[in-house]
Amino acid sequence: MTESGGDAGVRTATVRIELPAHLRVLAGVRPEVQIAVATPVTQTAILDAIEAAYPMLQGTLRDHTSRLRRPFIRFFACGQDLSHISPGAELPQAIADGTEPFLIIGAIAGG
Amino acid sequence: MSKVRILAGTRKGAFTLTSDGTRKNWTVSGPHFAGWEMYHMKASPVDPNRIYASQCSGWFGQMMQRSDDGGLTWNAIGNKFLYDGVPGTHQWYDGTAHPWEFKRVWHLEPSLNDPDSVYAGVEDAALFHSADGGQNWTEISGLRKHDTGPAWQPGAGGMCLHTILLDPSDPKRIYIAISAAGAFRTDDGGTTWKPINHGLHSKYIPDPTAEVGHCVHHMAMHSARPTTLFMQKHWDVMRTDDAGENWTRVSGDLPTDFGFVIDVHAHEPETIYVVPIKSDSEHFPLDGQLKVYRSRAGGNEWEPLTKGLPQSNCFVNVLRDAMAVDSLDRCGIYFGTTGGQVYASADAGDSWQAIVHDLPAVLSVEVQTLP
Repeated sequence: MTESGGDAGVRTATVRIELPAHLRVLAGVRPEVQIAVATPVTQTAILDAIEAAYPMLQGTLRDHTSRLRRPFIRFFACGQDLSHISPGAELPQAIADGTEPFLIIGAIAGG
Repeated sequence: MSKVRILAGTRKGAFTLTSDGTRKNWTVSGPHFAGWEMYHMKASPVDPNRIYASQCSGWFGQMMQRSDDGGLTWNAIGNKFLYDGVPGTHQWYDGTAHPWEFKRVWHLEPSLNDPDSVYAGVEDAALFHSADGGQNWTEISGLRKHDTGPAWQPGAGGMCLHTILLDPSDPKRIYIAISAAGAFRTDDGGTTWKPINHGLHSKYIPDPTAEVGHCVHHMAMHSARPTTLFMQKHWDVMRTDDAGENWTRVSGDLPTDFGFVIDVHAHEPETIYVVPIKSDSEHFPLDGQLKVYRSRAGGNEWEPLTKGLPQSNCFVNVLRDAMAVDSLDRCGIYFGTTGGQVYASADAGDSWQAIVHDLPAVLSVEVQTLP
């Protein structure tokens, strides 16, 4: 597990995250990024970390106000669709220890 | 020699098309933001290198972009459009109350004198303003909080605020239009708003002369005559000469007075342009013939302009923000189609050429006349 103390003593884990192609372009990043995420690692913690690292992505994954996942955004990891679990629920350990990437997917829809 | 730059927003990206003042040979750049819906781009009239752009996606929502070098490079700016207070409800298509929900930015209108000041017209209908180059947006909520707001209803394309006209002679006067609420005017910089729909007649609503509920598709103004407005309504081409207090139908001899775009010649305030479209469901040109109609009398008497435009098998639409004029002499007229063509006329509409044929569906066209 890649865990360390953060600036304010917050413990973090280095999480591997794959972003959808359009958001990679917006953020100017490679397909997979590694971000320090506050533990316990949850959807909310991951999205907070992404938005802090790449402010231009604020509002693209979840609503500015409600903080709810945008309808066509999905979260996959460890062979599971994690989109519908509670945003505050702890994610599988394989995500927190960097064994498995956390995939953010733009749902296959539209033309 | 002057140059012209067209800013074309499409369903799948943004394009810039540039030419010298002859407007014969064009350079096309793009797609910028490939794959994104680019609803509108518009440049500051006082800093032509400052361009604002609305970028959105059904997946990722609303983004905003700004270029400070004439569209060569872009930077993401603020995309947080929060309604002021608890936004309440408007009417849904079925007449039930529906919560106000931000969906996208339809139109951007940079200030006439400050490049950092820009207005945004959004769906669900509201007007926002930024005073810091688009980093932060504040709702001008007196409009949405007008007493009639709960009765506003979306048109088929959504409840969008699509037209923003700034009065060059009075910085506190702004005109806006909403589909399908109608036209509104503020004379105090946005604090209070007045519906300006007297004279409109919409036979598709329960009270055809209601104070609000009219499906205004677009409005245009000549800067030298800011109390004269021209309107393309769902049906009817209209004009007002008293800042919207009273409207008069000027459809005259048009073959159909349904359409989306309307614009005014840069140097002739009584010369106006529309593109008649067959409706109510087809939304393509009559008889497959694409014709711009020009009136040199401010309406009523119209002439078809067809030279260089397809006169058979043409079944495209021209959407509400997809026509613009340059300020060269002679005035250039430009429009884009849902078939991906951008047409240009360097002679005030007498003849046309397709600058490009095969872009994604064109949502908006703006033009800059550059030194």
